[in-house]
Amino acid sequence: MSLTASVFVALVLVASALGFTAARRKGGDLRALDEWALGGRRFGTILSWFLLGGDLYTAYTFIALPALVYGVGALGFFAVPYATIAYPIVFLLLARFWSIAHERGYMTAGDFVRGRYRSRSLELAIAATGVLAALPYIALQIVGMKAVLAQLGGIFAIGGGAMPLAVAFTLLAAYTYIGGLRAPATIAVFKDILIYLTIAAAIVVIPHALGGWRAIFTAADRALASPLHPFPLLVAPQMQFAYATLALGSAFSLFLYPHAITSLLSARSADVVRRNAALLPLYSILLGIIALLGFAALAAGIHAPPNEIVPILFARFFPPWFAGLADATIVIGALVPASIMALGAANLFLRNVVSPLSGRTPSRDAKSTKWLTLAFCALSLVLVLFVNVKFAIYFQLLGGAWVLQTAPAIFFGLGERSLPARALLAGWLAGMIAATSFALVDGFSPNIALHVGSWTLVGFIAIYAVAINLGVALVATALLRVRSPQSEIA
Amino acid sequence: MARRAWYWLLALPFIALLDVPLYDRIDPRWNGIPFFYWYQLAWVVLTAVLLGIVYLATRERAR
Repeated sequence: MSLTASVFVALVLVASALGFTAARRKGGDLRALDEWALGGRRFGTILSWFLLGGDLYTAYTFIALPALVYGVGALGFFAVPYATIAYPIVFLLLARFWSIAHERGYMTAGDFVRGRYRSRSLELAIAATGVLAALPYIALQIVGMKAVLAQLGGIFAIGGGAMPLAVAFTLLAAYTYIGGLRAPATIAVFKDILIYLTIAAAIVVIPHALGGWRAIFTAADRALASPLHPFPLLVAPQMQFAYATLALGSAFSLFLYPHAITSLLSARSADVVRRNAALLPLYSILLGIIALLGFAALAAGIHAPPNEIVPILFARFFPPWFAGLADATIVIGALVPASIMALGAANLFLRNVVSPLSGRTPSRDAKSTKWLTLAFCALSLVLVLFVNVKFAIYFQLLGGAWVLQTAPAIFFGLGERSLPARALLAGWLAGMIAATSFALVDGFSPNIALHVGSWTLVGFIAIYAVAINLGVALVATALLRVRSPQSEIA
Repeated sequence: MARRAWYWLLALPFIALLDVPLYDRIDPRWNGIPFFYWYQLAWVVLTAVLLGIVYLATRERAR
Protein backbone atom coordinates (compact mmCIF):
# COMPACT_ATOMS: atom_id res chain seq x y z
CA MET A 1 0.00 0.00 0.00
CA SER A 2 1.31 3.48 -0.84
CA LEU A 3 2.15 5.99 1.87
CA THR A 4 -0.92 8.06 0.89
CA ALA A 5 -3.19 5.03 1.21
CA SER A 6 -1.64 3.93 4.52
CA VAL A 7 -2.11 7.35 6.15
CA PHE A 8 -5.64 7.43 4.73
CA VAL A 9 -6.63 4.04 6.14
CA ALA A 10 -5.02 4.76 9.52
CA LEU A 11 -6.89 8.05 9.98
CA VAL A 12 -10.25 6.61 8.93
CA LEU A 13 -9.74 3.81 11.45
CA VAL A 14 -8.87 6.30 14.21
CA ALA A 15 -12.09 8.20 13.44
CA SER A 16 -14.14 5.00 13.58
CA ALA A 17 -12.51 4.00 16.86
CA LEU A 18 -13.46 7.40 18.29
CA GLY A 19 -17.02 6.72 17.18
CA PHE A 20 -17.08 3.44 19.10
CA THR A 21 -15.66 4.95 22.30
CA ALA A 22 -18.27 7.74 22.26
CA ALA A 23 -20.96 5.56 23.80
CA ARG A 24 -18.91 5.04 26.93
CA ARG A 25 -18.11 8.67 27.55
CA LYS A 26 -20.48 10.87 29.58
CA GLY A 27 -23.12 8.71 31.22
CA GLY A 28 -26.79 8.67 30.37
CA ASP A 29 -28.92 5.67 29.51
CA LEU A 30 -28.55 5.10 25.76
CA ARG A 31 -31.71 2.99 25.70
CA ALA A 32 -33.73 6.18 26.10
CA LEU A 33 -34.47 7.90 22.79
CA ASP A 34 -33.65 11.37 24.10
CA GLU A 35 -30.18 10.20 25.17
CA TRP A 36 -29.45 8.18 22.06
CA ALA A 37 -30.81 10.51 19.38
CA LEU A 38 -30.11 13.92 20.94
CA GLY A 39 -27.16 13.16 23.23
CA GLY A 40 -29.40 13.96 26.21
CA ARG A 41 -29.65 17.59 24.96
CA ARG A 42 -26.51 18.40 26.90
CA PHE A 43 -24.06 19.65 24.27
CA GLY A 44 -22.33 22.92 25.14
CA THR A 45 -21.11 25.68 22.84
CA ILE A 46 -17.91 23.98 21.70
CA LEU A 47 -19.25 20.48 21.08
CA SER A 48 -22.30 21.95 19.31
CA TRP A 49 -19.99 24.01 17.15
CA PHE A 50 -18.05 20.93 16.06
CA LEU A 51 -21.21 18.89 15.61
CA LEU A 52 -23.07 21.50 13.54
CA GLY A 53 -19.92 22.24 11.55
CA GLY A 54 -19.45 18.56 10.83
CA ASP A 55 -23.11 18.17 10.01
CA LEU A 56 -23.64 21.12 7.66
CA TYR A 57 -20.30 21.36 5.89
CA THR A 58 -20.25 17.88 4.45
CA ALA A 59 -17.90 15.91 2.21
CA TYR A 60 -20.28 16.40 -0.67
CA THR A 61 -19.99 20.17 -0.16
CA PHE A 62 -16.21 19.96 -0.22
CA ILE A 63 -16.25 17.93 -3.44
CA ALA A 64 -19.23 19.46 -5.26
CA LEU A 65 -18.58 23.13 -4.54
CA PRO A 66 -15.15 23.37 -6.19
CA ALA A 67 -16.58 21.14 -8.93
CA LEU A 68 -19.33 23.69 -9.49
CA VAL A 69 -16.90 26.63 -9.61
CA TYR A 70 -14.61 24.57 -11.88
CA GLY A 71 -17.55 24.04 -14.22
CA VAL A 72 -19.46 27.33 -14.22
CA GLY A 73 -17.26 29.95 -12.53
CA ALA A 74 -18.68 32.74 -10.32
CA LEU A 75 -22.22 31.33 -10.14
CA GLY A 76 -20.90 28.41 -8.08
CA PHE A 77 -19.79 30.85 -5.38
CA PHE A 78 -23.44 31.31 -4.28
CA ALA A 79 -22.71 28.88 -1.46
CA VAL A 80 -20.79 31.64 0.36
CA PRO A 81 -23.66 34.16 0.67
CA TYR A 82 -25.91 31.17 1.37
CA ALA A 83 -23.74 29.95 4.25
CA THR A 84 -23.56 33.53 5.57
CA ILE A 85 -27.19 34.67 5.67
CA ALA A 86 -28.16 31.30 7.11
CA TYR A 87 -26.79 32.44 10.48
CA PRO A 88 -28.95 35.50 11.15
CA ILE A 89 -31.82 33.08 10.43
CA VAL A 90 -30.43 30.65 13.01
CA PHE A 91 -30.02 33.47 15.52
CA LEU A 92 -33.50 34.92 15.08
CA LEU A 93 -35.69 31.91 14.22
CA LEU A 94 -33.96 28.67 15.15
CA ALA A 95 -32.99 29.79 18.65
CA ARG A 96 -36.70 30.35 19.25
CA PHE A 97 -37.46 26.95 17.73
CA TRP A 98 -34.99 25.44 20.22
CA SER A 99 -36.76 27.14 23.16
CA ILE A 100 -40.21 25.92 22.15
CA ALA A 101 -38.91 22.41 21.43
CA HIS A 102 -37.11 22.27 24.76
CA GLU A 103 -40.08 23.49 26.76
CA ARG A 104 -42.47 20.98 25.17
CA GLY A 105 -40.00 18.10 24.71
CA TYR A 106 -40.17 18.08 20.90
CA MET A 107 -37.50 16.03 19.12
CA THR A 108 -38.32 16.77 15.47
CA ALA A 109 -39.97 19.29 13.16
CA GLY A 110 -42.91 16.86 13.00
CA ASP A 111 -43.35 17.00 16.79
CA PHE A 112 -43.39 20.78 16.57
CA VAL A 113 -46.08 20.80 13.89
CA ARG A 114 -48.25 18.31 15.79
CA GLY A 115 -47.99 20.36 18.98
CA ARG A 116 -48.44 23.74 17.35
CA TYR A 117 -51.30 22.99 14.95
CA ARG A 118 -52.85 19.83 16.43
CA SER A 119 -53.01 18.45 12.91
CA ARG A 120 -51.71 14.97 12.23
CA SER A 121 -52.06 15.39 8.46
CA LEU A 122 -49.83 18.49 8.48
CA GLU A 123 -47.41 16.64 10.76
CA LEU A 124 -47.32 13.74 8.32
CA ALA A 125 -46.76 16.07 5.34
CA ILE A 126 -43.90 17.96 6.98
CA ALA A 127 -42.21 14.81 8.27
CA ALA A 128 -42.48 12.83 5.03
CA THR A 129 -40.94 15.79 3.19
CA GLY A 130 -37.98 15.85 5.59
CA VAL A 131 -37.36 12.11 5.29
CA LEU A 132 -37.52 12.21 1.49
CA ALA A 133 -35.09 15.12 1.38
CA ALA A 134 -32.63 13.46 3.75
CA LEU A 135 -32.23 10.12 1.96
CA PRO A 136 -30.55 11.36 -1.24
CA TYR A 137 -28.40 13.65 0.92
CA ILE A 138 -26.94 10.57 2.65
CA ALA A 139 -26.41 8.99 -0.76
CA LEU A 140 -24.47 12.04 -1.93
CA GLN A 141 -22.04 11.69 0.96
CA ILE A 142 -21.17 8.35 -0.59
CA VAL A 143 -20.63 10.12 -3.91
CA GLY A 144 -18.08 12.34 -2.15
CA MET A 145 -16.32 9.27 -0.77
CA LYS A 146 -16.28 7.63 -4.19
CA ALA A 147 -14.39 10.59 -5.66
CA VAL A 148 -11.61 10.12 -3.11
CA LEU A 149 -11.49 6.34 -3.57
CA ALA A 150 -11.21 6.74 -7.34
CA GLN A 151 -8.15 8.95 -6.85
CA LEU A 152 -6.54 6.51 -4.39
CA GLY A 153 -6.86 3.82 -7.06
CA GLY A 154 -5.82 0.18 -6.60
CA ILE A 155 -8.06 -1.91 -4.39
CA PHE A 156 -9.91 1.25 -3.33
CA ALA A 157 -11.35 1.87 -6.77
CA ILE A 158 -12.41 -1.65 -7.82
CA GLY A 159 -16.07 -1.75 -8.77
CA GLY A 160 -16.48 1.98 -8.11
CA GLY A 161 -15.08 1.47 -4.61
CA ALA A 162 -17.86 -0.89 -3.60
CA MET A 163 -15.77 -2.83 -1.08
CA PRO A 164 -14.27 0.10 0.90
CA LEU A 165 -17.63 1.89 0.80
CA ALA A 166 -19.36 -1.14 2.23
CA VAL A 167 -16.70 -1.41 4.97
CA ALA A 168 -16.95 2.30 5.80
CA PHE A 169 -20.74 2.19 5.92
CA THR A 170 -20.77 -0.90 8.10
CA LEU A 171 -18.49 0.86 10.59
CA LEU A 172 -20.67 3.97 10.37
CA ALA A 173 -23.87 2.04 10.95
CA ALA A 174 -22.32 0.14 13.85
CA TYR A 175 -21.05 3.10 15.86
CA THR A 176 -24.19 5.11 15.21
CA TYR A 177 -26.26 2.15 16.41
CA ILE A 178 -24.20 1.90 19.59
CA GLY A 179 -23.50 5.51 20.47
CA GLY A 180 -26.31 7.48 18.80
CA LEU A 181 -25.63 11.19 18.23
CA ARG A 182 -22.60 11.07 20.55
CA ALA A 183 -20.68 9.03 17.96
CA PRO A 184 -20.73 11.63 15.15
CA ALA A 185 -20.28 14.42 17.73
CA THR A 186 -17.04 12.84 18.92
CA ILE A 187 -15.76 12.12 15.42
CA ALA A 188 -16.70 15.65 14.33
CA VAL A 189 -14.05 17.11 16.65
CA PHE A 190 -11.36 14.95 15.03
CA LYS A 191 -12.70 15.61 11.53
CA ASP A 192 -12.76 19.36 11.97
CA ILE A 193 -9.18 19.51 13.22
CA LEU A 194 -8.19 17.62 10.05
CA ILE A 195 -10.26 19.99 7.91
CA TYR A 196 -8.66 23.11 9.34
CA LEU A 197 -5.20 21.56 8.83
CA THR A 198 -5.98 20.58 5.24
CA ILE A 199 -7.40 23.95 4.28
CA ALA A 200 -4.61 25.87 5.99
CA ALA A 201 -2.10 23.83 3.97
CA ALA A 202 -4.10 24.19 0.75
CA ILE A 203 -4.34 27.96 1.04
CA VAL A 204 -0.58 28.28 1.55
CA VAL A 205 0.76 25.59 -0.79
CA ILE A 206 -1.54 25.70 -3.81
CA PRO A 207 -1.61 29.46 -4.63
CA HIS A 208 2.16 29.59 -4.05
CA ALA A 209 2.77 26.74 -6.50
CA LEU A 210 0.49 28.34 -9.10
CA GLY A 211 2.05 31.82 -8.94
CA GLY A 212 -0.42 33.57 -6.61
CA TRP A 213 -4.12 34.38 -6.71
CA ARG A 214 -3.87 36.91 -9.51
CA ALA A 215 -2.29 34.29 -11.80
CA ILE A 216 -4.90 31.70 -10.75
CA PHE A 217 -7.82 34.00 -11.54
CA THR A 218 -6.29 35.09 -14.86
CA ALA A 219 -5.70 31.48 -15.94
CA ALA A 220 -9.17 30.39 -14.78
CA ASP A 221 -10.74 33.31 -16.64
CA ARG A 222 -9.00 32.21 -19.82
CA ALA A 223 -9.93 28.54 -19.33
CA LEU A 224 -13.62 29.21 -18.68
CA ALA A 225 -14.35 32.11 -21.05
CA SER A 226 -16.61 31.30 -23.98
CA PRO A 227 -18.61 33.38 -26.46
CA LEU A 228 -21.72 32.50 -24.46
CA HIS A 229 -20.18 33.44 -21.13
CA PRO A 230 -17.41 35.99 -21.78
CA PHE A 231 -16.83 36.99 -18.13
CA PRO A 232 -16.83 33.73 -16.13
CA LEU A 233 -15.30 35.36 -13.03
CA LEU A 234 -18.52 37.36 -12.63
CA VAL A 235 -22.18 36.43 -12.53
CA ALA A 236 -23.79 37.31 -15.86
CA PRO A 237 -26.41 40.08 -15.39
CA GLN A 238 -29.26 37.75 -16.38
CA MET A 239 -28.14 35.31 -13.70
CA GLN A 240 -27.85 37.78 -10.80
CA PHE A 241 -31.39 37.09 -9.62
CA ALA A 242 -30.75 33.38 -9.80
CA TYR A 243 -27.62 33.88 -7.70
CA ALA A 244 -29.54 35.81 -5.03
CA THR A 245 -32.50 33.41 -4.95
CA LEU A 246 -30.18 30.39 -4.79
CA ALA A 247 -28.49 31.90 -1.75
CA LEU A 248 -31.75 32.93 -0.07
CA GLY A 249 -33.64 29.70 -0.75
CA SER A 250 -30.77 27.51 0.39
CA ALA A 251 -30.24 29.59 3.54
CA PHE A 252 -33.86 29.16 4.61
CA SER A 253 -33.94 25.44 3.86
CA LEU A 254 -30.62 24.59 5.55
CA PHE A 255 -32.06 24.21 9.04
CA LEU A 256 -35.26 22.52 7.91
CA TYR A 257 -33.40 19.30 7.10
CA PRO A 258 -33.84 16.63 9.78
CA HIS A 259 -30.10 16.30 10.40
CA ALA A 260 -29.75 20.03 11.07
CA ILE A 261 -32.69 20.01 13.48
CA THR A 262 -31.26 16.96 15.26
CA SER A 263 -27.92 18.71 15.83
CA LEU A 264 -29.65 21.95 16.78
CA LEU A 265 -31.86 20.33 19.42
CA SER A 266 -28.91 18.53 21.02
CA ALA A 267 -27.64 21.94 22.22
CA ARG A 268 -27.88 22.60 25.95
CA SER A 269 -29.62 25.97 25.72
CA ALA A 270 -30.96 28.58 23.32
CA ASP A 271 -27.91 30.61 24.28
CA VAL A 272 -25.67 27.86 22.90
CA VAL A 273 -27.62 28.09 19.63
CA ARG A 274 -27.22 31.88 19.48
CA ARG A 275 -23.51 31.75 20.30
CA ASN A 276 -23.06 29.17 17.56
CA ALA A 277 -24.82 31.41 15.06
CA ALA A 278 -21.97 33.86 15.62
CA LEU A 279 -19.22 31.19 15.62
CA LEU A 280 -20.27 28.90 12.76
CA PRO A 281 -19.48 31.44 9.98
CA LEU A 282 -15.85 30.45 10.57
CA TYR A 283 -16.67 27.33 8.56
CA SER A 284 -18.14 29.49 5.80
CA ILE A 285 -14.74 31.10 5.30
CA LEU A 286 -13.32 27.61 4.76
CA LEU A 287 -16.17 26.97 2.38
CA GLY A 288 -15.22 30.05 0.33
CA ILE A 289 -11.56 29.01 0.19
CA ILE A 290 -12.54 25.49 -0.85
CA ALA A 291 -14.77 26.91 -3.59
CA LEU A 292 -11.79 28.87 -4.93
CA LEU A 293 -9.92 25.57 -5.33
CA GLY A 294 -12.12 25.09 -8.39
CA PHE A 295 -10.28 28.02 -9.99
CA ALA A 296 -6.96 26.59 -8.82
CA ALA A 297 -7.76 23.32 -10.63
CA LEU A 298 -8.45 25.27 -13.83
CA ALA A 299 -5.19 27.19 -13.43
CA ALA A 300 -3.32 23.93 -12.85
CA GLY A 301 -4.68 22.66 -16.16
CA ILE A 302 -6.51 19.72 -14.60
CA HIS A 303 -8.93 18.00 -16.97
CA ALA A 304 -11.04 15.51 -15.07
CA PRO A 305 -14.61 14.81 -14.03
CA PRO A 306 -15.46 17.85 -11.86
CA ASN A 307 -16.11 15.70 -8.79
CA GLU A 308 -12.54 14.42 -8.82
CA ILE A 309 -10.62 17.71 -9.02
CA VAL A 310 -10.16 18.18 -5.26
CA PRO A 311 -8.48 14.81 -4.60
CA ILE A 312 -6.41 15.36 -7.76
CA LEU A 313 -5.25 18.75 -6.46
CA PHE A 314 -4.28 17.11 -3.15
CA ALA A 315 -2.31 14.39 -4.93
CA ARG A 316 -0.52 16.90 -7.13
CA PHE A 317 0.41 19.60 -4.62
CA PHE A 318 0.74 17.81 -1.27
CA PRO A 319 3.46 15.35 -0.20
CA PRO A 320 2.06 11.76 -0.23
CA TRP A 321 1.47 11.48 3.54
CA PHE A 322 -0.39 14.80 3.63
CA ALA A 323 -2.45 13.86 0.58
CA GLY A 324 -3.51 10.77 2.57
CA LEU A 325 -4.52 13.01 5.46
CA ALA A 326 -6.48 15.31 3.16
CA ASP A 327 -8.25 12.37 1.50
CA ALA A 328 -9.11 10.91 4.91
CA THR A 329 -10.53 14.32 5.86
CA ILE A 330 -13.05 14.11 3.05
CA VAL A 331 -14.09 10.54 3.81
CA ILE A 332 -14.46 11.24 7.54
CA GLY A 333 -16.27 14.41 6.51
CA ALA A 334 -18.79 12.13 4.79
CA LEU A 335 -19.19 9.71 7.69
CA VAL A 336 -20.12 12.36 10.27
CA PRO A 337 -23.10 13.90 8.42
CA ALA A 338 -24.21 10.56 6.97
CA SER A 339 -24.53 9.24 10.51
CA ILE A 340 -26.55 12.25 11.72
CA MET A 341 -28.72 12.24 8.59
CA ALA A 342 -29.61 8.56 8.94
CA LEU A 343 -30.36 9.06 12.63
CA GLY A 344 -32.41 12.22 12.12
CA ALA A 345 -34.41 10.76 9.23
CA ALA A 346 -35.11 7.53 11.14
CA ASN A 347 -36.31 9.44 14.19
CA LEU A 348 -38.54 11.70 12.10
CA PHE A 349 -39.96 8.75 10.16
CA LEU A 350 -40.92 6.74 13.22
CA ARG A 351 -42.27 9.62 15.30
CA ASN A 352 -44.10 11.60 12.67
CA VAL A 353 -44.84 9.33 9.72
CA VAL A 354 -45.41 5.88 11.22
CA SER A 355 -47.03 7.13 14.41
CA PRO A 356 -49.80 9.24 12.82
CA LEU A 357 -50.51 6.46 10.31
CA SER A 358 -50.71 3.73 12.95
CA GLY A 359 -52.41 5.97 15.52
CA ARG A 360 -49.95 4.96 18.25
CA THR A 361 -47.98 7.42 20.37
CA PRO A 362 -44.26 7.54 19.61
CA SER A 363 -42.07 5.37 21.83
CA ARG A 364 -39.58 6.80 24.30
CA ASP A 365 -37.43 3.77 23.67
CA ALA A 366 -34.55 4.04 21.21
CA LYS A 367 -34.69 0.47 19.93
CA SER A 368 -36.78 0.80 16.76
CA THR A 369 -35.12 4.10 15.81
CA LYS A 370 -31.72 2.39 16.06
CA TRP A 371 -32.78 -0.38 13.69
CA LEU A 372 -34.31 2.04 11.22
CA THR A 373 -31.08 4.09 11.23
CA LEU A 374 -29.24 0.95 10.08
CA ALA A 375 -31.83 0.42 7.37
CA PHE A 376 -31.47 4.00 6.10
CA CYS A 377 -27.67 3.61 5.91
CA ALA A 378 -28.08 0.42 3.88
CA LEU A 379 -30.70 2.00 1.62
CA SER A 380 -28.43 4.94 0.74
CA LEU A 381 -25.53 2.62 -0.01
CA VAL A 382 -27.73 0.56 -2.32
CA LEU A 383 -28.98 3.75 -3.99
CA VAL A 384 -25.44 4.78 -4.94
CA LEU A 385 -23.91 1.36 -5.66
CA PHE A 386 -26.72 -0.30 -7.54
CA VAL A 387 -29.03 2.38 -8.84
CA ASN A 388 -27.29 5.40 -10.31
CA VAL A 389 -25.35 8.33 -8.98
CA LYS A 390 -27.26 10.66 -11.27
CA PHE A 391 -30.51 9.47 -9.78
CA ALA A 392 -29.23 10.37 -6.31
CA ILE A 393 -28.21 13.81 -7.56
CA TYR A 394 -31.58 14.51 -9.23
CA PHE A 395 -33.33 13.26 -6.16
CA GLN A 396 -31.26 15.53 -3.91
CA LEU A 397 -31.98 18.54 -6.13
CA LEU A 398 -35.66 17.84 -5.78
CA GLY A 399 -35.26 17.21 -2.04
CA GLY A 400 -33.75 20.67 -1.60
CA ALA A 401 -36.77 22.25 -3.32
CA TRP A 402 -39.18 20.08 -1.34
CA VAL A 403 -37.73 20.81 2.06
CA LEU A 404 -38.23 24.56 1.62
CA GLN A 405 -41.97 23.85 1.25
CA THR A 406 -42.03 23.03 4.97
CA ALA A 407 -40.76 26.55 5.81
CA PRO A 408 -44.16 28.33 6.12
CA ALA A 409 -45.55 25.83 8.64
CA ILE A 410 -42.38 25.87 10.76
CA PHE A 411 -41.45 29.56 10.65
CA PHE A 412 -44.99 30.98 10.94
CA GLY A 413 -45.53 28.53 13.77
CA LEU A 414 -42.84 30.27 15.81
CA GLY A 415 -45.03 33.35 16.23
CA GLU A 416 -48.06 33.85 18.42
CA ARG A 417 -50.44 33.60 15.49
CA SER A 418 -50.02 31.40 12.46
CA LEU A 419 -52.14 30.34 9.53
CA PRO A 420 -54.69 27.51 9.93
CA ALA A 421 -53.30 23.99 9.45
CA ARG A 422 -55.58 23.28 6.49
CA ALA A 423 -54.35 26.39 4.65
CA LEU A 424 -50.72 25.48 5.30
CA LEU A 425 -51.38 21.95 4.08
CA ALA A 426 -52.90 23.28 0.84
CA GLY A 427 -49.90 25.58 0.38
CA TRP A 428 -47.49 22.71 1.05
CA LEU A 429 -49.24 20.53 -1.54
CA ALA A 430 -49.17 23.30 -4.15
CA GLY A 431 -45.50 23.99 -3.43
CA MET A 432 -44.56 20.32 -3.69
CA ILE A 433 -46.38 19.91 -7.00
CA ALA A 434 -44.85 23.15 -8.33
CA ALA A 435 -41.31 22.20 -7.27
CA THR A 436 -41.63 18.73 -8.78
CA SER A 437 -43.02 19.95 -12.09
CA PHE A 438 -40.40 22.72 -12.39
CA ALA A 439 -37.70 20.11 -11.88
CA LEU A 440 -39.22 17.73 -14.39
CA VAL A 441 -39.72 20.38 -17.04
CA ASP A 442 -36.45 22.25 -16.58
CA GLY A 443 -34.16 19.98 -14.68
CA PHE A 444 -33.79 16.69 -16.43
CA SER A 445 -32.28 18.24 -19.54
CA PRO A 446 -28.74 17.45 -20.77
CA ASN A 447 -27.04 20.34 -19.02
CA ILE A 448 -28.37 19.05 -15.73
CA ALA A 449 -26.79 15.66 -16.30
CA LEU A 450 -23.84 17.31 -14.62
CA HIS A 451 -24.85 17.65 -11.00
CA VAL A 452 -22.99 20.94 -11.22
CA GLY A 453 -25.82 22.20 -13.39
CA SER A 454 -28.47 20.85 -11.12
CA TRP A 455 -27.22 22.88 -8.17
CA THR A 456 -27.80 25.99 -10.21
CA LEU A 457 -31.48 25.25 -10.31
CA VAL A 458 -32.10 24.16 -6.72
CA GLY A 459 -32.64 27.54 -5.21
CA PHE A 460 -34.39 28.86 -8.23
CA ILE A 461 -37.06 26.14 -8.25
CA ALA A 462 -37.43 26.21 -4.50
CA ILE A 463 -38.05 29.96 -4.28
CA TYR A 464 -40.66 29.99 -7.03
CA ALA A 465 -42.37 26.96 -5.52
CA VAL A 466 -42.41 28.47 -2.03
CA ALA A 467 -43.93 31.67 -3.45
CA ILE A 468 -46.78 29.57 -4.86
CA ASN A 469 -46.96 27.73 -1.54
CA LEU A 470 -47.35 31.01 0.38
CA GLY A 471 -49.86 32.39 -2.11
CA VAL A 472 -52.08 29.32 -1.85
CA ALA A 473 -51.79 29.26 1.95
CA LEU A 474 -52.87 32.92 2.22
CA VAL A 475 -55.79 32.53 -0.18
CA ALA A 476 -56.90 29.37 1.63
CA THR A 477 -56.72 31.23 4.95
CA ALA A 478 -58.92 33.99 3.58
CA LEU A 479 -61.43 31.45 2.23
CA LEU A 480 -61.56 29.58 5.54
CA ARG A 481 -62.18 32.83 7.41
CA VAL A 482 -65.05 33.78 5.07
CA ARG A 483 -66.68 30.39 5.59
CA SER A 484 -66.31 30.25 9.35
CA PRO A 485 -65.12 33.55 10.78
CA GLN A 486 -64.67 32.33 14.36
CA SER A 487 -63.12 28.88 14.15
CA GLU A 488 -60.02 27.73 12.28
CA ILE A 489 -57.88 30.65 13.37
CA ALA A 490 -54.72 29.20 14.82
CA MET B 1 -31.54 50.94 22.72
CA ALA B 2 -34.49 48.59 22.97
CA ARG B 3 -33.72 44.92 22.56
CA ARG B 4 -35.63 44.57 19.32
CA ALA B 5 -33.81 47.49 17.71
CA TRP B 6 -30.54 45.54 17.81
CA TYR B 7 -32.05 42.84 15.63
CA TRP B 8 -32.25 45.29 12.74
CA LEU B 9 -28.45 45.05 12.48
CA LEU B 10 -29.01 41.53 11.18
CA ALA B 11 -30.80 42.88 8.11
CA LEU B 12 -27.46 44.23 6.84
CA PRO B 13 -25.99 40.90 5.59
CA PHE B 14 -29.19 40.22 3.62
CA ILE B 15 -29.03 43.60 1.89
CA ALA B 16 -25.28 43.43 1.29
CA LEU B 17 -25.30 39.90 -0.15
CA LEU B 18 -28.63 39.65 -1.96
CA ASP B 19 -28.12 42.86 -3.96
CA VAL B 20 -25.80 41.09 -6.40
CA PRO B 21 -25.23 44.03 -8.84
CA LEU B 22 -23.71 45.88 -5.88
CA TYR B 23 -20.62 43.67 -5.88
CA ASP B 24 -20.62 41.84 -9.22
CA ARG B 25 -17.34 43.45 -10.38
CA ILE B 26 -13.62 42.62 -10.72
CA ASP B 27 -12.01 45.79 -9.31
CA PRO B 28 -10.70 46.72 -6.81
CA ARG B 29 -8.78 43.51 -6.31
CA TRP B 30 -7.27 42.43 -3.00
CA ASN B 31 -4.11 40.29 -3.20
CA GLY B 32 -5.08 39.59 -6.79
CA ILE B 33 -8.53 38.31 -5.73
CA PRO B 34 -11.39 40.02 -7.64
CA PHE B 35 -13.79 42.21 -5.65
CA PHE B 36 -16.70 39.79 -6.17
CA TYR B 37 -14.93 37.12 -4.10
CA TRP B 38 -13.24 39.07 -1.33
CA TYR B 39 -16.32 41.24 -0.74
CA GLN B 40 -18.43 38.16 -0.04
CA LEU B 41 -15.75 36.59 2.14
CA ALA B 42 -15.46 39.86 4.05
CA TRP B 43 -19.22 39.72 4.68
CA VAL B 44 -18.83 36.29 6.24
CA VAL B 45 -16.56 37.88 8.86
CA LEU B 46 -18.75 41.00 9.21
CA THR B 47 -21.86 38.86 9.70
CA ALA B 48 -20.13 36.91 12.46
CA VAL B 49 -19.12 40.20 14.12
CA LEU B 50 -22.67 41.61 13.83
CA LEU B 51 -24.10 38.41 15.32
CA GLY B 52 -21.59 38.66 18.16
CA ILE B 53 -22.60 42.28 18.85
CA VAL B 54 -26.32 41.50 18.76
CA TYR B 55 -25.79 38.46 20.98
CA LEU B 56 -23.95 40.45 23.64
CA ALA B 57 -26.33 43.41 23.45
CA THR B 58 -29.53 41.40 23.70
CA ARG B 59 -28.17 39.02 26.33
CA GLU B 60 -27.42 41.83 28.77
CA ARG B 61 -30.95 43.13 28.35
CA ALA B 62 -32.29 39.71 29.18
CA ARG B 63 -30.60 39.61 32.57
